[in-house]
Amino acid sequence: MEFDVVIVGGGPSGLSAAIRLRQLAIEAGEDLTVCVLEKGSEIGAHILSGAVIEPRSLNELIPDWKDKGAPLNTPAGEDRFLFLTETKAYQLPTPPQMNNHGNYIVSLGNVCRWLAEQAQALEVEIYPGFAAAEVLYHEDGSVKGVATGDMGRTADGEEGPNFAPGMELHARQTLFAEGVRGSLTKTLFQRFNLRDGVDPQVFGLGIKELWEVEPSRHRRGSITHTTGWPMDMKTYGGSWLYHLEDNLVSVGFVVGLDYQNPYLSPFEEMQRFKTHPEIRKVFEGGRRLAYGARAISAGGYQSIPKLTFPGGLLIGDCAGFLNVPKIKGTHTAMKSGMTAAEAVFAALKGGAPAGQEVRGYAEKLRQTWLWDELYRVRNIKPSFHWGLPAAMAYSALDTYVFRGKAPWTLRHRPDHEQLKPAAECTPIDYPKPDGKLSFDRLSSVFLSNTNHEEDQPCHLTLKDANTPVALNLGRYAGPEQRYCPAGVYEFVQEGGSSRLQINAQNCVHCKTCDIKDPSQNINWVTPEGGGGPNYPNM
Amino acid sequence: MKILVAVKRAIDYNVKARPKSDGTGVDLANVKMSMNPFDEIAVEEALRIQEAGGATETIAISIGPKQCQETLRTAMAMGVDRGILVETEVETQPLAVAKLIAAVVKQEQPELVILGKQAIDDDSNQTGQMLAALLGWPQGTFAAKVTVADGRAKVAREIDGGIQTVDLRMPAVVTADLRLNEPRYVKLPNIMKAKKKPLDTLTPEQLGVDVTPRLTLVKVAEPPARKGGVKVPDVATLVDKLRNEAKVI
Repeated sequence: MEFDVVIVGGGPSGLSAAIRLRQLAIEAGEDLTVCVLEKGSEIGAHILSGAVIEPRSLNELIPDWKDKGAPLNTPAGEDRFLFLTETKAYQLPTPPQMNNHGNYIVSLGNVCRWLAEQAQALEVEIYPGFAAAEVLYHEDGSVKGVATGDMGRTADGEEGPNFAPGMELHARQTLFAEGVRGSLTKTLFQRFNLRDGVDPQVFGLGIKELWEVEPSRHRRGSITHTTGWPMDMKTYGGSWLYHLEDNLVSVGFVVGLDYQNPYLSPFEEMQRFKTHPEIRKVFEGGRRLAYGARAISAGGYQSIPKLTFPGGLLIGDCAGFLNVPKIKGTHTAMKSGMTAAEAVFAALKGGAPAGQEVRGYAEKLRQTWLWDELYRVRNIKPSFHWGLPAAMAYSALDTYVFRGKAPWTLRHRPDHEQLKPAAECTPIDYPKPDGKLSFDRLSSVFLSNTNHEEDQPCHLTLKDANTPVALNLGRYAGPEQRYCPAGVYEFVQEGGSSRLQINAQNCVHCKTCDIKDPSQNINWVTPEGGGGPNYPNM
Repeated sequence: MKILVAVKRAIDYNVKARPKSDGTGVDLANVKMSMNPFDEIAVEEALRIQEAGGATETIAISIGPKQCQETLRTAMAMGVDRGILVETEVETQPLAVAKLIAAVVKQEQPELVILGKQAIDDDSNQTGQMLAALLGWPQGTFAAKVTVADGRAKVAREIDGGIQTVDLRMPAVVTADLRLNEPRYVKLPNIMKAKKKPLDTLTPEQLGVDVTPRLTLVKVAEPPARKGGVKVPDVATLVDKLRNEAKVI
């Protein structure tokens, strides 16, 4: 099938790009076909975010969003930044980047559902339930488009009775908007050497729950962030608590994936975080409605790869535009999509051929507020290598004295190389879940509405089948059974020896395994379209 | 011969249904909705009959709010020729649905109506039976196999303890059970084609049917949480507990 533009991924960046492209085409009276592929069963199904969003990009894209019913219902109210010890909470001054005046607490999934409606009204063709599984190339090496995955293959790779082969989608330009650690983006990095000369991308894992709390404990618009406990001083991590409408509270915990102790379990850190005396009082008597997890690109400015290549470009978090101290990336993801759309539209005007490299996108992006914003905060995240107290002192210096213009740039180190051998680390004794405030993995994954067709090839592929037991279990005590927030990886004992069991059906598509596996032996590929979580209101 | 298939927009089978906190219903705000899985089986069966030369046209009908158009488009992407939406904001109950379908049957004159045996949201399992009664047609419910030939439909029914085969004179009503078939995957080009297939919208008023609910929903609540089990040391304790504690033997 032929389109002018194919966009891989229906998140904030992909949908913003689609909308901007069609707006420009309609303004200019040009015929321009735009198709969005989404691996989730519907738009929003795989979207998980805090989220307090800054409406700057939305104001630029759809100035009358309020009249059009955008689900930005809760203006940000009181802001608190707490440092936790095991039993106490100390209020810290809110850093200027975390001032949320004028921002909104939203469900980003619902914002995406709304953006998709706006896109469809502009005749963008959106196809949820279809995963782009492969990048297609012209003979000259430029990107030709993508192919969707086969449906109905059995676990051993044979064609099942309902087999439906994947489809090729060809485009003059293909926009990759896969989100953090995109599986096709990964192949593009290699093929076009897009990461040459930039820092490695670094990541966090965000685990989120949505709660309905007692009305007396709900303060609509209230925003709390915490640092400190249950993380130790060396490990990057913190939480958010956002009070939305209808007695809903979004709570999440982020752990930097550069953590060193292989015994650390981000899931259990999140669970015990909720039992802190200052935090538990929000949730007591409430009920948990939803659960999910997603990796976060935290490298910022120095980790942005080359963004364009012949036939296509990268937008949103598969490139990585999160502003770490602001803890916001939606406005930057949208801005990158809109900027790309403008450059692509200019390049495709008047029937220009397929396969060209739209360099104008990267040049244009450097002129926008996004570039300046990310440049100013570039040194905050890497300073956390020095531990929390030093990082907080440095961040204050960098922000208040240098105002983001320090004459140096701190560097990142790849997350997967940071684990220490288990023998050098202390196991962590996590408390048992109480079933009221804290829970186990399986009852949590249950609330993510995750499903994959059972009889299909495993989408968590291993480059080498012996590595999990020989290296991961032997040297690192099997970290995948702890970092996976969905209980996908299990080491089971069989006849005196261990074996890695992969419960791929539980996978919530967070991509942590693909990032943190010490020898990069796990390669996450797209399962059948429509599989994965079905997040409501996340 | 025409086949009419009824498709309901229901909460997706992957979603954990959750009662609203005030107990007035299931919380459906921003929850994924899709075609009732038993209706998908009904659509697949209609298409298989049509593809085998047993029908000239398949029509899908859905009843409910505007969003049911998506459900009809899915049916058309699977291969159904056209769709009819009876648009209403009222939460229709089985009798009203059966009356609406009966009214459309009178307009469209199909020889066969296939429905899912029940919808996974309210589990009523009534519409097909009520429809057959309203039309005065024979019915083959819980179908595990359907063979259409010479104006008759042979329906193998899943019943307690086995399979019962009934031989129906058409026109007839059939309701699909789980094992009737495995629905096909929707293909991307067919979704595009489905956007251009005809979709008519009717209202209950146009069909002369009163859809006012007759049943009152008292309360929706979660089932009580399962209590943890205990391990017993031996068979004697088990028997004792079953007899004296659980009082089941």
